[in-house]
Amino acid sequence: MKERKNNMTDKSLYTKRFDGRKLDELRPISAKIGVVPNADGSALFVQGDTIAIAAVYGPKTLNPKHMQNPEKGVVRVHYNMLSFSVGERIRPGVSRRSQEISKVTEWALSPVVMLEELPGTVIDVHINILQANAGTRCAGINAASMALAHAGVPMKELVSAIAMGKMDKTIVADVDKEEEDYDDGEGATDMPMAYLANSGKISLLQLDGRVQVDKFKEAIEAGREACKKIAELQMKTLKEYK
Amino acid sequence: MGEPVKTIWKVTRKNVAEAMNKSERLDGRKPFEARPIEITFGVSNKAEGSVKVKMGRTEVVCGIKMNTQEPYTDHENEGTLTTSMELLPLSSPNFEYGQPTIEAVEIGRVVDRGVRESRFVDFEKLCIKPGEKVWGINVDMAVLNEDGNLIDAGALAAILALMTARFPEYDEKTGVIKFGEFTDKKLPLKIENMPLTTTCFKIGDKLFIDPTREEEDTTEGRITIEITKPEKEEMITAMQKGGDATFTQEEVMKMVEEAVKNFKKLRTLVDEEVSKFEKSAKKSKK
Repeated sequence: MKERKNNMTDKSLYTKRFDGRKLDELRPISAKIGVVPNADGSALFVQGDTIAIAAVYGPKTLNPKHMQNPEKGVVRVHYNMLSFSVGERIRPGVSRRSQEISKVTEWALSPVVMLEELPGTVIDVHINILQANAGTRCAGINAASMALAHAGVPMKELVSAIAMGKMDKTIVADVDKEEEDYDDGEGATDMPMAYLANSGKISLLQLDGRVQVDKFKEAIEAGREACKKIAELQMKTLKEYK
Repeated sequence: MGEPVKTIWKVTRKNVAEAMNKSERLDGRKPFEARPIEITFGVSNKAEGSVKVKMGRTEVVCGIKMNTQEPYTDHENEGTLTTSMELLPLSSPNFEYGQPTIEAVEIGRVVDRGVRESRFVDFEKLCIKPGEKVWGINVDMAVLNEDGNLIDAGALAAILALMTARFPEYDEKTGVIKFGEFTDKKLPLKIENMPLTTTCFKIGDKLFIDPTREEEDTTEGRITIEITKPEKEEMITAMQKGGDATFTQEEVMKMVEEAVKNFKKLRTLVDEEVSKFEKSAKKSKK
């Protein structure tokens, strides 16, 4: 091992997590299938204080007709935070943020759906956040992935997502709001990511903050492990559903 | 390269993919070879800063407009930044009038994130009176000719426009901005934090940068990586995966490595172009 000249600079200011979790420990997670009786498939995913509901309608014929793709089906995601899901009320309706999250969620889910079997159709995925404490896009993806399975949509595998973070120099799993606002040292870096449960491929990756290349590598590797825990719960919940 | 058309021919996609499979490109470039970049400053003398960036046939302009406004309640002593991208119908048969599409919204947000998260702008120095009045910076991008890689072209234009913008004359007593009359005062930027953007694309299992429109239409996925180098070490300051493709961890790390390499090239380019601009600005003053 190379000797480092200044050991002090390698020490992270963030050694203990605000809520006492271990660095790789997720918040308590739970899930439920069939929460929206009208939908073809639905699921609720709870990650600490963050609660997401997803409902799937389809596959159904895509209208207007000119929107159809004769070669494959389309996944259409609508991500929405309810106005009362956060501290200061947010204006209901579509925002630039929600448009972007809807799109990256589509990109995260589409690779597992066998869309080539469903030409000319659309699968509508509606994600609503009831209660937000960071990691809402990830909780939304986790719920949506289960809702797609519940709807009986042909899928290759499940998708599991987690918000990884770097607090000063420390990599942590499943960032909460308090950590998201961490401001000491190098501050907080937010890295939401989604893995396909079996093949281990990445289908969602975003980052904002500042992170060194080797720390980033550490984060995506730890993110894979965190997603395995999510996938386990998703699978167990789906199997136990009657 | 052919004109971009709404739906590119399947045969074009096949040709692009077949070439890429052999690590070749239809225009003869190598996978990680970018198109030549041309920079023109001062495309609008009304703007506080403006630039045109040409990457191959892709042309993007960016203008900075400043205004004074009330600060946000949770950042009372900080100025504001808003970023937008207009995909002008004059630039491509693929763009139409109407509400900004998700493509435009995404580019605006990704460019905004890099500028903000890298701490390139010193927002506190944009404060005029805490809680009452701050400077707002509007970074507005528009496409003049579309031939792929709009995120990287837009992001580069935004940085160059910010670097060369000058405050307008401002009367502190009356609070009136004299638009069109410029001071020598630059924006409060932390140059060492400058973020520069490289998007890596994937066709089959081949990775490459700076696609033309027909290459971009053939890809299934991309990852945008924004790099900054505040001290000795490069850092990733923003990332965004786009498209239906999936990536292995190794692919992601390879993309980061290429983004770091391209960051160095872009950084040299920005430094050269901005110092040329400043020299010519001095000359015209005399």
